[in-house]
Order: sequence, then structure tokens, then C-alpha cells
Amino acid sequence: MAAKNSILSMALCLTAVCLVCGAVLGSVYAVTKSPIEEAAAAEARAAIAEVLPEGGTISEAMQADGMEYYCSLADSSVVAYAVKSSTGGFGGLLTLMVGVLPDGSIWNTKVLSHSETPGLGAKCTSDPGFIAQWKGFKGNFAVRKDGGDVDAITASTITSRAYAKAVAQASELVLSLNKED
Amino acid sequence: MAGKNWSLITKGFFKENPTFVLVLGMCPTLATTTSALNGLEMGLATLFVLVLSNIVISLISPVVPDKVHIPVYIVVIATFVTVLQLLMQAYTPAAYRTLGLFIPLIVVNCIILGRAEAFACKHNCWESALDGIGIGLGFTASLTVIGIVREILGSGSVFGWKFIAGDGILAFVMAPGAFMVLGYLLVLFNKIAKK
Amino acid sequence: MEYFLIIISAIFVNNIVLAQFLGICPFLGVSGKLSTSTGMSMAVCFVITLATVVTWLLNRYLLIPFGLEFLQTIAFILVIAALVQMVEIVLKKVSPSLYQALGIFLPLITTNCAVLGVAITVVTKEFSFGSAVPHMFNLAESTVYAFATSLGYGLAMVLFSGIREHLALSDVPKPFRGLPIALITVSIMAMAFLGFSGIV
Repeated sequence: MAAKNSILSMALCLTAVCLVCGAVLGSVYAVTKSPIEEAAAAEARAAIAEVLPEGGTISEAMQADGMEYYCSLADSSVVAYAVKSSTGGFGGLLTLMVGVLPDGSIWNTKVLSHSETPGLGAKCTSDPGFIAQWKGFKGNFAVRKDGGDVDAITASTITSRAYAKAVAQASELVLSLNKED
Repeated sequence: MAGKNWSLITKGFFKENPTFVLVLGMCPTLATTTSALNGLEMGLATLFVLVLSNIVISLISPVVPDKVHIPVYIVVIATFVTVLQLLMQAYTPAAYRTLGLFIPLIVVNCIILGRAEAFACKHNCWESALDGIGIGLGFTASLTVIGIVREILGSGSVFGWKFIAGDGILAFVMAPGAFMVLGYLLVLFNKIAKK
Repeated sequence: MEYFLIIISAIFVNNIVLAQFLGICPFLGVSGKLSTSTGMSMAVCFVITLATVVTWLLNRYLLIPFGLEFLQTIAFILVIAALVQMVEIVLKKVSPSLYQALGIFLPLITTNCAVLGVAITVVTKEFSFGSAVPHMFNLAESTVYAFATSLGYGLAMVLFSGIREHLALSDVPKPFRGLPIALITVSIMAMAFLGFSGIV
């Protein structure tokens, strides 16, 4: 047993184990790298397609004001933008994909991730009235309680405010992009 | 021999149930059982790591010096967890996102290191694999049961199939419900086991 | 202001035990007596803060530059295990009295998922406190978050062990004795902590 427990054998054993594990991980990483990227890209594409008008070629991801956005191009002019916009909701970060037309009006929205309360704020992904109002939304991006035009989810004003703010951010970004052009 | 193999697999459901008898791996048990499907997915993810790590550890334990066996086991377990993370990201990204933090945390799930220490290092590869399957399935079953109860009470549905219109008792989907359902299921299990 | 929000959020709103379900095993295991739970909380506090700083640096200056983020899990757990061992050895030599108080809890901490959980959370999740744009935590924010989280752990643990000392003296129906009644107690505590949600 003495030989088995010497410093050298311990070091050798640990090194061997780490080498083998490193090799296994490296190869699994190499094999799964492109499927992982594909899965992420497919998800992003699906979300973008959902919030934008049909037709149009989607550009690569671009950055402005700390937000990520994609352009939808038809006949080499931009017909719409898809903006990834995040705000702090009730339980944590609320991230949306927002489809915006060049005049700043909203085409459609989709929740990418949220940590709102189940059954209350989490209804921002399921409440039909709340979701439907964003299709073609134009007006003041504030809930009715604050004097705006957004119908809040019942008992979830904070989530609704955060949602409206995220949409407003996206709309403002598109307006500022068009001003620069 | 066949009877022994069979008992290795079935013991995880009742006699050595990791959740209700050994009371191990509480964190994923409480955190991921918001619905039956989530519980099932978490259980299967743990099963994957448990079986593979049990097999490898039973093979290498005779040559590993005693003093470094814990670090070696941790490296082996962490490797399989990372493999699982990569595979899930590639092929089941939705499940990976739902279970989130609790996939990497399988590394510190005491069930896995516990089985390595208590079983895999003393038994051969075949028995260790069966033990992993048995305990893993027991864990999966417990998580699914907790998930079903919480989903019925909290959302009025089972595996996403809704049988009550509207909301359930929301507390059961949130943190307090997790502790409460596990507490009462333990009472039930104690009661049945006593008989 | 942002640090203040991080602290309130980590201690009360997203309490690590009662809302995030991390570190449950030692929470249930050593909370029988107030004195042991205080010792455990202090040891956890020390290790979580230290481990988060070390793993944050490791992630920022080693894993990200070499594109090795997929090794996070394995690298972090090894660093935490080594760190706990080192803390134990150093403490034994430098401060025997502190070692007396915390020593027996240190080996238990490696497999406390709260440590790995916090270390992974701060390097993978974006946070938004106040009106700031959502961003990844920098080193200072991570440290504050880790420290506050472990204070939350201590708070839950000490409150819970206080209740458990009373539970031990009360007449509980037989099938409820031990863990079941403890879990139901935690459930009620978690309900109380739900009242904090939304304040940050």
C-alpha cells in the first residue's frame, strides 16, 4: 500500500485522470460545437420571424445603444427591425424580441426570457389580450394607470410597465437609427 | 443472480429511495419540480450522470490512491456533467434553459458522490451500472411524483394537460409549495413504510 | 444605490435558501442547534465570498480569453474544493480559535451547492438593478452579491434553527417528526419571505 499512496503515484493518478477527462471534454465540445450554435441560431431566427412582417431578408446581428438588433431587408431597403430589449421586471430580467417598423410603430412582440411570478406576471407570455394589443401598437408606451395606452395585465402592473418600457426602448432605438441615416 | 440484479434496480424506488428515505439531493428536488415534465427531465439528467460516473468509478477505483480518491471522483463526475451540459445545449436547448443552474449543480448533488463512495468503489462495473440505474430511476420517480402533485395543485394540469380552467393555487408553483409538498409526501411515505 | 439594491435583493427578495433552493442539505442538516448553525453560516459566508472572487477572476482572465467557458463547471468545482482545503490548512495554522469554531464545517462546504451555485450565477446571469442597463456583474458587484447572499443564508439558517429548537420540545404527531415538520416550517418561512418580492 505504501507505493500506492506515495506522492508520485498520487500526482500521476490525478494527472492521468485530468488528461483523460480533458481529452473527453475537448472532443465532445468539438462534436457539439456546431449543433449548439445551430440550435441557438435557429431559436433566434424563429423569434425574429415571429415578430417581423413576412418576406424580407434578415441581416446579421448589429449593436446600438447596448441593444442587439436585426434588419429585415427587401429590395435593399430596410422594411422593419427586430430589436432584443431587456428591462428589470418584477422578479428579474425581462427580455423581449420586438418587431418595429421604421416609423417606430410596433409590428409584434415576443418574450424571450423572464422570471416573473407564475400565474401573475408570467401571464405576459400567455394573456391573449395583453399579447394581442402589441400587434400594430402605436401611441403612448405607458400603462393606462400612468396615463398611457397600454392595457396592463390584471394584478401585474409592474410586469406590464417593464414590458411597455422594453417595447418603448426598442421603438426609440429604431427612431434614432432612422434619424442618423 | 437475476434476482439480485432485479433488486439492485428496484431498491431505488422504495427501500433506498434517494429522496424519501436517504433524503439526498434536496436542492434540485425542490427547485425543478414546478411541473411533472421538469421533474422528469431533471431526474433523467441526474440518471445519465449517475450511471456513467458509477461505471467509470467502479473501473478506476482499484488503481486510485486512497488519499486522492475524492478529487478523482469529483473530476470524473464534473466531466460527465459538462458532457451532459454540452449535449443538452445542442439537442434539447429548451430543457437546458428551464433547468438552468441545476444542470451544472448536478456536480454537487450528494447522491452521485454518495453512490460513488458507498457503492461503486466496492463493486464491479456491471453491478455499479445497475445501482446507478436503480437509484437514478428512483430519483426520477420521486421528482416526477413531486412535480405531478405541484402541477395538479398549482396549475390544475398534469404533464401540461389542463383539467381545470383558470389558475391553480399559485403558492404550489412557487417556493413555499415546494417545501410543503415534499414535507407532506415524506409524512405519507413514513406512514406507509411503517405498516 | 445599486449596491444597496443588490444587498436587499440577495438577502431578502431572492433569499438563497427560501427562494433559490440552494444549500438545502446543510440547511436541514445542521440547523438543529443555534450554535452550530451560527458556525456553519459564518463558514459558508467566508467560503462563498472567497470562492466567488477567485472563480470570477478565473473565469474572466483564464476561461474567457481562451474560449473555454464550457469548462466552467469542472474548473469551478475543482477551485472550490482546493480553496476549502487551503482555507482549512491556513486557518489551522494561523488562527486555531477560529479553526475550532469553523473547522468542522469546512469539509461539508465543498458539496454545498450554494457555493458553486453563486459562483456560476454571477458569471452567467445578467442583472438589472434600478434603472441601469442589464449587464454582467463586475468584480465588486459579484463580491457584494456573494457576501449579501451568504448573509441571507445565515439569516435563514439562524431563524430556522431558532424555530427548530422550539420544535424539538413540542409534541409533534409521529409521522411528522424530524424532517417533515422541518420542511413544513421552512415552507411557512418561505411564504413570509414571499412578502419581500417586488420591493427591488
